[in-house]
Amino acid sequence: MKRLILWVPLGLFVAFLAVVAAGLYAPAEREIHSALIGQPVPEFSLAAGAAGKPGLSSADLRQGRPHLVNVFASWCLPCRVEAPQLAALSARGVPIVGIAVRDRPEDLARFLASYGNPFQAIGSDSDRRSRARSAPAGVPETFVVDGQGIIRHQHIGAITDGDMAAILAAYEAAR
Amino acid sequence: MIAEAGLGALWLAAALSLLQLVLGAAGARAGGEALRPLVRPIAIAQGLLAGLAFLFLIWLFLRTDLSVELVARNSHSMKPWLYKFAGAWGNHEGSMLLWVTVLAVAGGAVALFERRLPSATLTATLAAQALIGLGFYAFLLFASNPFNRLSPVPPEGNGLNPLLQDPGLAFHPPTLYFGYVGISIAFSFAVGALVTRDVGPAFARAMRPWVLGAWIFLTLGITAGSYWAYYELGWGGWWFWDPVENASLMPWLAATALLHSVTVLATRDGLRAWTVMLAVVAFSMSMIGTFLVRSGILTSVHAFAVDPRRGAFILVLLLLYIGGALALYALRVGTVKEGSRFDFVSREGALVANNLLLSAALGVVFVGTIYPLAVEAATGEKLSVGPPYFNSAVGPIALLLVVIMAAGPLLRWRRDAARALVGRIALPVLISAAAALAVVLLAPGTRILPFLGLVLALGVAAASVAPLWKRNLRRTPLFTYGMVVAHLGIAVALAGMACESAFTTETLVAASPGQIVSAGPFAVRFEGVEPVAGPNWTAVEARLHATRGGSSYEMRPQARMFSAPPTPTSEAAIETVIDGQLYVALGEADQQGRWQLRLWWKPMVTLIWLGGAMIALGGFLSLLGRLLRERRGAVREALA
Repeated sequence: MKRLILWVPLGLFVAFLAVVAAGLYAPAEREIHSALIGQPVPEFSLAAGAAGKPGLSSADLRQGRPHLVNVFASWCLPCRVEAPQLAALSARGVPIVGIAVRDRPEDLARFLASYGNPFQAIGSDSDRRSRARSAPAGVPETFVVDGQGIIRHQHIGAITDGDMAAILAAYEAAR
Repeated sequence: MIAEAGLGALWLAAALSLLQLVLGAAGARAGGEALRPLVRPIAIAQGLLAGLAFLFLIWLFLRTDLSVELVARNSHSMKPWLYKFAGAWGNHEGSMLLWVTVLAVAGGAVALFERRLPSATLTATLAAQALIGLGFYAFLLFASNPFNRLSPVPPEGNGLNPLLQDPGLAFHPPTLYFGYVGISIAFSFAVGALVTRDVGPAFARAMRPWVLGAWIFLTLGITAGSYWAYYELGWGGWWFWDPVENASLMPWLAATALLHSVTVLATRDGLRAWTVMLAVVAFSMSMIGTFLVRSGILTSVHAFAVDPRRGAFILVLLLLYIGGALALYALRVGTVKEGSRFDFVSREGALVANNLLLSAALGVVFVGTIYPLAVEAATGEKLSVGPPYFNSAVGPIALLLVVIMAAGPLLRWRRDAARALVGRIALPVLISAAAALAVVLLAPGTRILPFLGLVLALGVAAASVAPLWKRNLRRTPLFTYGMVVAHLGIAVALAGMACESAFTTETLVAASPGQIVSAGPFAVRFEGVEPVAGPNWTAVEARLHATRGGSSYEMRPQARMFSAPPTPTSEAAIETVIDGQLYVALGEADQQGRWQLRLWWKPMVTLIWLGGAMIALGGFLSLLGRLLRERRGAVREALA
């Protein structure tokens, strides 16, 4: 028994290796063509998350214009990383709306002040109500939703420079 | 030719490390005594050659030799010389070369200075150090060559990430690496001692100064990095639980535990197997941290390059080194005899509690850092773990830890009476109680963690100097002062963290010229903005006039635009006063000509880094004390 315990550290280490090896060789493809694509956005209505910007409901996404829906949080580091890309998309005229997940208004205000605010509307999903319905995989996550509220494209994780083309193409196709 | 000379030095160093490994492994066996004298000079030469290769790389950067791929990708002829110099390690290849150089130099230093270890154990230690070096030399030469030439030669370089263009870059990474990689010595000592079955007080006494030295550098590096992030990133925060920060914190937690357990082993011959385990874990955490950062598997502000092949290479090295050391541990540690026993209420008992809590904190940080990876591997979900998890999980452990830290030094070795401790700890407890009362009355509504932090910090500060109570201060050994200063540093840093967390006030305004904004005790008048230019940037600079009581301060935060690569950064203006810092960052202008200003009043925030510096100073005093005592011992022996 005593002998076996001595091997526990090695066992834990091998488990760790397995996890990171899986992470390293997971498909580098960050686009996930999930069952969500082609589906209408689930029904939700979220209060405004930041002063000066309206809240967000699923009805807002069915007004005839396509949108980029960005699910983010002030406590999420990758969200800081993708801020310049969102700003660039916004500068190109892509309308972006945000869903802030489990956030506090003061943290959110600080985040927007630090990393820019490309959002036309921000819904605050303080208890992750819409998560259960729209089932985003985590934060950050970004959807292209067409004018009828149908999800056309899903991007999981931070948007990097390399992802811009695919997102712009999906947006153009949704117009 | 400089690049070729650098590459040549690197190849030679790699060849020497192979020789050092072979001779060392053969020499450590019984019957290999004749080979042992050869291993020391080889290790020293290897350290010199690696250092030389690194100097050649710095030279290339100083000259901005654009025919070298690494220089062209990361430097620029218009950059100030300091950033050309420090830019040598502000990239993946350069930082890996620094890593290997520190590894080789640390091995060379052991070969040069270590005189206490039996020659078999020392030879095995140097062989282990060479084995680690060999893998990382291979990684550099085959997967991350910093000396690659580029053809055709570009007319200009890409420039250095502006966030790194700061004096902090010259100081923080080398300091951190000396600690981070210097702890490899402890790993090699542990492997050497396991191989020669030589784990005991003598081994611990030999290992202690090296652990202490690496730990001092690690402490300084983390403290400096925290301050750098605080003023450079313009977020006003001093710790972000970024994976890379965690990667430096985890070896620190392990090294801190090791520092204390090695004392138990050296003084009381206890905790033999545990000390060896910690030595292995501490450097394993450094290597895992290097992997997490350099493979780009986690998103971080520190990740330079994302290349899965490099990640796979380091992963294989991890498997060999950590897996090998843990297997050796499992096979051999059973033969390490149990050390001496002790009571639960004793100095050793407190140190065991310290070790368990530090390990728990290490586990919590480790799990939080790799949890997103584990979840992704298991379910394909991607998520990120943020400060809410870390603060609420690590905070209570850290507070418990400082309570133990207050009591531990007041206990006797081997066995003590709980009742006697109560008497010794009474005054600090009273101070804490008074502090609790004061905070409740003066600042009601303080959140629980900062409240406890503040209250404990005051009591612990009193308890940390208590070991000097009623002692002859002139005859108290220097390392006791070291402990007192380091523990006091923890209390000081804790007080700073608690104040920052509880009492920071933040103001976000859109200010027109002439407007007065209040921030904490300050009234700040916004005078206006003006354009300014530096060697490789242009900026909008705000002029602010802050007043409090009779004193006034000029503050000039900037919104900078760097030209190569074109990147905006925010240069905060920070005014340090005796009881805190006023921190101002300039944002964007709106259509009405108002400028966005963010002002923080952070009372006592400087205590965080002052405390960090005190912890390192305590380590230094302790190291000096140990070395002086040894010197004196050696002189006495020589006289006798």
